[in-house]
Amino acid sequence: MISINTYLELIPSLLDGAKVTIQVLLWSLIFTFIIAFIAGLGKLSKWMVIRGISTVYIEIFRGTSLLVQLFWIYFVLPLFGMELSAMTAGVIAMSLCYGAYASEIVRGAILSIPKGQYEAAIALNMTPFQRMKNIILPQAFKIMLPGFGNISIELIKGTALVSLITLSDLTYQALTLRNTHVGLTTEIFLSLLILYFFIALPLILFVRWMERRVQVGRA
Amino acid sequence: MTIWSWDYTFEVFPVIFKAMWITLSATIVAFALAMVLGIILAVLRRSSFKPLVWTIIGLSEFIRATPPLVQLFFVFYDLPFFGISLSPFVAGVIGLGVHYSTYCAEIYRSGIESVPRGQWEAATALNFSRTQRWTKVILPQAIPPIIPMLGNYLISMFKDTPLLSAITVVEMLQTAKIAGSASFRYLEPFTIVGFLFLVLSYPSALLIKQLEVHLNRRKKENKAKKSKVKDVAPSC
Repeated sequence: MISINTYLELIPSLLDGAKVTIQVLLWSLIFTFIIAFIAGLGKLSKWMVIRGISTVYIEIFRGTSLLVQLFWIYFVLPLFGMELSAMTAGVIAMSLCYGAYASEIVRGAILSIPKGQYEAAIALNMTPFQRMKNIILPQAFKIMLPGFGNISIELIKGTALVSLITLSDLTYQALTLRNTHVGLTTEIFLSLLILYFFIALPLILFVRWMERRVQVGRA
Repeated sequence: MTIWSWDYTFEVFPVIFKAMWITLSATIVAFALAMVLGIILAVLRRSSFKPLVWTIIGLSEFIRATPPLVQLFFVFYDLPFFGISLSPFVAGVIGLGVHYSTYCAEIYRSGIESVPRGQWEAATALNFSRTQRWTKVILPQAIPPIIPMLGNYLISMFKDTPLLSAITVVEMLQTAKIAGSASFRYLEPFTIVGFLFLVLSYPSALLIKQLEVHLNRRKKENKAKKSKVKDVAPSC
């Protein structure tokens, strides 16, 4: 049986990595949602150019793999004179990739608002901006929340990939630990999985709770 | 040094294109595993033996909430300590397959739950055995409507195969990386990989959307037929 002491030795260096993982996660979350709103609204725009740009962006980033995008941004952008730290490259790639997925949630939620709401807002002589801000988005936002929760869980799982561009996140720390303590491989990877699970757990519970609340509202 | 060299592109494209077969075969084998394991999980979840059900729910929740990359490392680096040494390809297929089987199980479950209760009762009334009930009555009705959803997961699994490069499977991305580090040109190889992914996954996604529309239309037509029969019935 493995003693508690082994875990007490392993956990501190893993927690150092967890700090980086959470940092990447929080920055990516912020940018993901900003991008999601821009691209989601862009795809609903009445100007064809904006609609076209949003569609191309969404399809490219949903059609290629996150890891490929990550490598592309980390290895290729320096060729164009943009030196990025691993952290910046990671956050950019994750936000662009998950932003594309989340934009579909934004679009779907906005489209699900009944037409009468638009017509009422027009009848009340609201500007398009007021219409979005005061009538449509507050209602659509509630519908988006479970989807956003799910995307955030995906994002947590995605952060593990930044270890492959040498950012010293949770997974990276675990791999370095394993290099020095090969005999403890099982313990290291189990603690790693459990730590990821605990980072995701609050979000999982939040999504469950939101899904139930949305259903109550509709019934 | 120009930024994009076409000569190099044509030189490296065949190499990466060859590696695409590794990516595709990994996707297909892993997805076959995910579909089979998924069905087993979905059926076992309906067992009347509660501890088994809780174990399956807990385990699937855990697998779904943790990164597939870490699971791949676990399968590849840790199983040898238990006497199971796997080649990178097999380890990768098992890791991805198990991860996605939990998603597939959820989809099967939704399919199984949408089979009307009467079908279960009819199967019992006809004295079908448990296996017959599943294979002859429930699954043939549960699976066709969920094929598009399974297709979507097939595509996302395809896009997850670059993860296998982390456990030294030489698939497209790893090939591109090797080519890049040999020539110090990363732009062309990585762009080619991205392009190949897009070319394969975008049309498949459109195809699945089409299939979904087709299935929905058929469902609506069936409903319409049924309601017509109902309308006619009272007048006779």
